[in-house]
Amino acid sequence: MGIKKKRFLMKGIYHITVAFLAFVMCYPLIWMLFSSFKETETIFVTASRILPEKFVFHNYGNGWKGFGGIRFTVFFKNSIFVSVLCVLGIVVSSTLVAYGFARIPFRGSRFWFSCMLLSMMIPFQVLMVPQYIMFNQFRWIGTFLPLIVPCYFGNGFGIFLTVQFIKGIPRELDEAAKIDGCSHWGIFRRIIFPLIVPAMVTNGIFAFIGKWDDFMSALLYLNKPGQYTIALALKLFCDPSSSSDWGAMFAMSILSLIPVFLVFVFFQKYLVEGISSTGLKG
Amino acid sequence: MKGKRSIRQILDSDHVSGYLFILPFIIGFLVFTVFPMLASLVLSFTEYDILSAPEFIGIENYKQLFLKDPLIYKTLYNTLFFTLASVPLKLMFALMVAMLLVKANRITSVYRAMYYLPSMVGGSVAIAVLWRRMFAGDGVVNALLRSLGFPGDIYWLGNEKTAIWTLIILAVWQFGSPMLIFVAGLKQVPSSLYEAARVDGANRIHCFFKITLPMLSPTIFFNLVMQVIGALTAFTQCFIITNGKPLDSTLFYAVYLYRQSLTYGNMGYGSAMAWVMVAVIGVLTLIIFKTSDKWVYEE
Repeated sequence: MGIKKKRFLMKGIYHITVAFLAFVMCYPLIWMLFSSFKETETIFVTASRILPEKFVFHNYGNGWKGFGGIRFTVFFKNSIFVSVLCVLGIVVSSTLVAYGFARIPFRGSRFWFSCMLLSMMIPFQVLMVPQYIMFNQFRWIGTFLPLIVPCYFGNGFGIFLTVQFIKGIPRELDEAAKIDGCSHWGIFRRIIFPLIVPAMVTNGIFAFIGKWDDFMSALLYLNKPGQYTIALALKLFCDPSSSSDWGAMFAMSILSLIPVFLVFVFFQKYLVEGISSTGLKG
Repeated sequence: MKGKRSIRQILDSDHVSGYLFILPFIIGFLVFTVFPMLASLVLSFTEYDILSAPEFIGIENYKQLFLKDPLIYKTLYNTLFFTLASVPLKLMFALMVAMLLVKANRITSVYRAMYYLPSMVGGSVAIAVLWRRMFAGDGVVNALLRSLGFPGDIYWLGNEKTAIWTLIILAVWQFGSPMLIFVAGLKQVPSSLYEAARVDGANRIHCFFKITLPMLSPTIFFNLVMQVIGALTAFTQCFIITNGKPLDSTLFYAVYLYRQSLTYGNMGYGSAMAWVMVAVIGVLTLIIFKTSDKWVYEE
């Protein structure tokens, strides 16, 4: 066999293996997607086949009716409301804090930066009980406030990511602006801010995914079905006791993944860069 | 002579404006991290059910925890088992796939996206629900096993031995983030090393063990620490998929902690549990750090 032929063969084996493994990885998702178009009674009878015999769409209609008289419209609205406000808070506060850490030489800067890194390592379970008690004292249980307010005080991952990004911007730009009489705020607003938009996008994407999927804080703090976010609603909707309409459950599960999926498709580059450059997340 | 500085100038001095910029972080850190941690430490020596005032009971909670609560050891064991099984497998897959996909071109970036997709959605309730169904008696896993010729009659979630593996598989499935970090790490390895080794007649296996692994060891170290912490604190998927069943064989420490403190309302006991968790994480991280100078290669 010639070298050329051998190389071609190797390439073929490589692509077949990698593509097959990729298919295996995505199989559960593909299976759920197509199951949501099957008649509920046939989902498990035909579990090993992917494509439905006949595409039906009524699972989506049935699921959307929700439970307890509350439609999924409400849950989606709640999730969007919480996620958008959280993303806004995280992006704005993390960007400001990151500028302080990255560019202003003040006393104690190192100490607070270490505090920030440390705070990322603290398991949530230690904070869970006292935070719950604290929010209970504030009379915030049963409102969206415990989910949203903490986002406005910066988030470790976001700050870290933005600091890394700002450090990549040449300092000469700041210095030139300083000589021209710019204040720190001026430098931030006119020089740094326009340049770190990509970092803010990355930060916003991670924040959005995190908040959209956030199950734990919703479980802790929301107690009226009308306030449930999609994560919590889906859990209750899918509890074996409340229903066994698997078609509808899969349909709603698919819908709940769509926003995250869209973000993934459109901002993939930012995600990959965010993870590779900070070496953080998940 | 120094004149009076205007307010504007004071605000713009490095020290003042530095603190102004990071003020949100400082407030948030004190209110949502430092204060709760101190409170949690104090609460761990009390009996507290949120309705009546906390009552100081000394080390009673810790005594109860170590001496009288068999579920503590069981949940610790489950959590450690989950960690020791899922983290090495996850990192192995991550490294393997990263090496396959390190060449940057259009098609590998599509592959990378496909391998990363599960990590993207894996933490969601939707996937937890799907997992519960996939591993059910009449689920797709058994159906696939049957079509491959195996008996396929395993009741995965009902069996004490197999139930935890559904959670482990779910964790391993999400190897996307360490994979991307490995890809970034692999790109840093100078290709001159491989070229030199090839001239000296080294084969691929030699190259992997003598060049790739040592050069990548700081990345492996980082991934290991992050994944171990993540696995030890795992909550959502266990809570939704098995919720400890059957017979507490999959009850994770974090889920038991949640149960004690919020379902049963034993907030003092829950706080004590949380500090034991911090200690366990601390010890394990310390062990990894201490052994790291044996295997992490630094230039």
